[in-house]
Amino acid sequence: MFGNEKFKMIVGRLLQAIPSIIGIIIVTFVLTRALPGDPAVYFAGPAADEKSIQEIRVSLGLDKSWLEQFWIYASDLVTGNLGVSVSTGQPVVEELIRRLPASLELTFLALIFSLAVALPLGIAAATRPNSWIDQLCRIVVTAGVSLPVFFTGLIMVYLFYYIWGVAPPPLGRLEIIYLSPPPVTNFYTIDALLDGDLETFGAAFAQLALPAITLGIFTLAPLARMTRAAMLQVLSSDFIRTARASGLKRSTVLYTYAFRNAFLPILTTLGMVFSFMLGSNVLVEKVFAWPGIGSFAIEALIVSDYAAVQGFVLAMAILYVLLNLTIDIVYTLVDPRVGLDG
Amino acid sequence: MVDPIPLLDIQELSVEFRTRSGVVHALENVSMKVHRGEIIGVVGESGSGKSVSAMTAMRILDPAGHVTSGSITLGGLDVLNASEEVMQKTRGHEASMIFQSPRTALNPIRTVGKQIGDVLKRHGNANRQTVHEMVIKALNTVRIPDPERRIHAYPFEMSGGMCQRIMIAMALSCQPELLIADEPTTGLDVTTQAAIMDLIRDLSKERNMATVLITHDLAMAADYCDRIVVMHAGHVVENASTKDLFAAPRHPYTTKLMQATPQGDGALDDIASIPGGLPDLRGDLPPCRFSARCERFEETCNTSLLSLDEVSPGHFLACRRPL
Repeated sequence: MFGNEKFKMIVGRLLQAIPSIIGIIIVTFVLTRALPGDPAVYFAGPAADEKSIQEIRVSLGLDKSWLEQFWIYASDLVTGNLGVSVSTGQPVVEELIRRLPASLELTFLALIFSLAVALPLGIAAATRPNSWIDQLCRIVVTAGVSLPVFFTGLIMVYLFYYIWGVAPPPLGRLEIIYLSPPPVTNFYTIDALLDGDLETFGAAFAQLALPAITLGIFTLAPLARMTRAAMLQVLSSDFIRTARASGLKRSTVLYTYAFRNAFLPILTTLGMVFSFMLGSNVLVEKVFAWPGIGSFAIEALIVSDYAAVQGFVLAMAILYVLLNLTIDIVYTLVDPRVGLDG
Repeated sequence: MVDPIPLLDIQELSVEFRTRSGVVHALENVSMKVHRGEIIGVVGESGSGKSVSAMTAMRILDPAGHVTSGSITLGGLDVLNASEEVMQKTRGHEASMIFQSPRTALNPIRTVGKQIGDVLKRHGNANRQTVHEMVIKALNTVRIPDPERRIHAYPFEMSGGMCQRIMIAMALSCQPELLIADEPTTGLDVTTQAAIMDLIRDLSKERNMATVLITHDLAMAADYCDRIVVMHAGHVVENASTKDLFAAPRHPYTTKLMQATPQGDGALDDIASIPGGLPDLRGDLPPCRFSARCERFEETCNTSLLSLDEVSPGHFLACRRPL
């Protein structure tokens, strides 16, 4: 699909991201240390005296100057070592590899759900302004932005698990009676399918459904609103009038002509929503006891677990870079006027 | 010479727009006929209802627009009562329309070849195998150089004149009998304007099409049209053959329009502007909507309804105090 030229541009874009990632590493390093709270005091426990706190401080390497600490951190980073999380005792890399797919799986499914609802809803609302479906769209959008995620999540759990009993208990990625599938992608649903284990797939999917819908309801609002607005704008443009005057079928006018043009602003919104979701689904993860990256980061931040926080921010930064690149590539595929170098 | 039955026959058409600030009486009792092989010019200033008439004839009017009375017949088809499905098959097939600002009137993210192909496939003239060849043929018809390369171009890669040729190729690809050109040369430079207009005239004469040219440029209408319909504020005020109209214009508005049109050898000072503006088309309007701007206005002008009458053979006029 990509010519040599495009490949070169993609590599160029990745290289361009290196300075910003270095900047992020420095800023996170400084910020974590500037935060109030001393990890040595925290880990020494309430009964510790000055001497044992000092011992812990030395063992964590926190007695050295910031420059020295940064040098140690940076040289470890080059070898791919993100340090050890002091709160869990596990290497940060392992934690991230285990937890990031859990968050990504949740985010992707939530995104698919909200796209599946938002796009048809937005298109239908735009083609029939002020009809009942437009009103429905308005209600859904308002509800989506105004209901906090933890509230929707709790309502979901209350209704589907507690009252109707159709959903499994909201306790993580898989019910205790199932074994996690052999890890390939670490997305439980995909791994279960790859293993051919439909029962585990069903169980993993059942666990995913409620948190994904909860998160999806929240992200649905900006997507539906943007779809409606973009479609309305495109539908009133000159080339749609031309398409109609040429007698093209309504479906051709709507999808091949209007929607493809409206997709560009939707794509931009999608990128924003996605990055927003990744960072802020911590509330959903808390409600559903989801072992994701968001809850990991929050816990690490509370106890000033430097290595874990730095590792989390770095992973997010790299994800953002990749996400933006992906969106830019999709943009060039949809719109011939956009170049990758822009 | 001319077929006695007109291809497009608009009779007593009235259209109103229901807007938030009131009902706009955009058209009132508009009638015109277009025969095969004939180019009709519809002239008038912006807002006089030229485009609304054309869009109503194609039934692609904005949903806010409502036809309140009148009839439109297109080659035997009752346009206002036909089903949407029939109209979709008619548009682009029996009747086509081209628009102003061709660069925005084409889909910006679809190659021009595909856009022409969409129309050809829609009206059953082409399938997957033949579509390429037919698109090339359509591009050749409108004299686009190097069609094999242009077929893969996007509108933003072409000049405005080229895009208008693409529009014409698209409109004419399925051999329509009626072509409506809504200010096809607005926004193009002068040399391109002439080339595009020559192309439209040549093709419509060659194919014996009925052609409606909507323009506010009376000089252009004089050059290319057989008959001219003058519109003002939603009324047809005068309708005559180009020769008759220029030899002896009868309606005060027509003469004002002529004085406002630059002549090749005239000085700039000879151009006169028409006093006042179009009346507000909301609410009640006098029978003669030009009366507020007319120098020949008298009390008797607005005493009763005005109709478009034949004052001499083939010359129609709606005025109580003609020249």
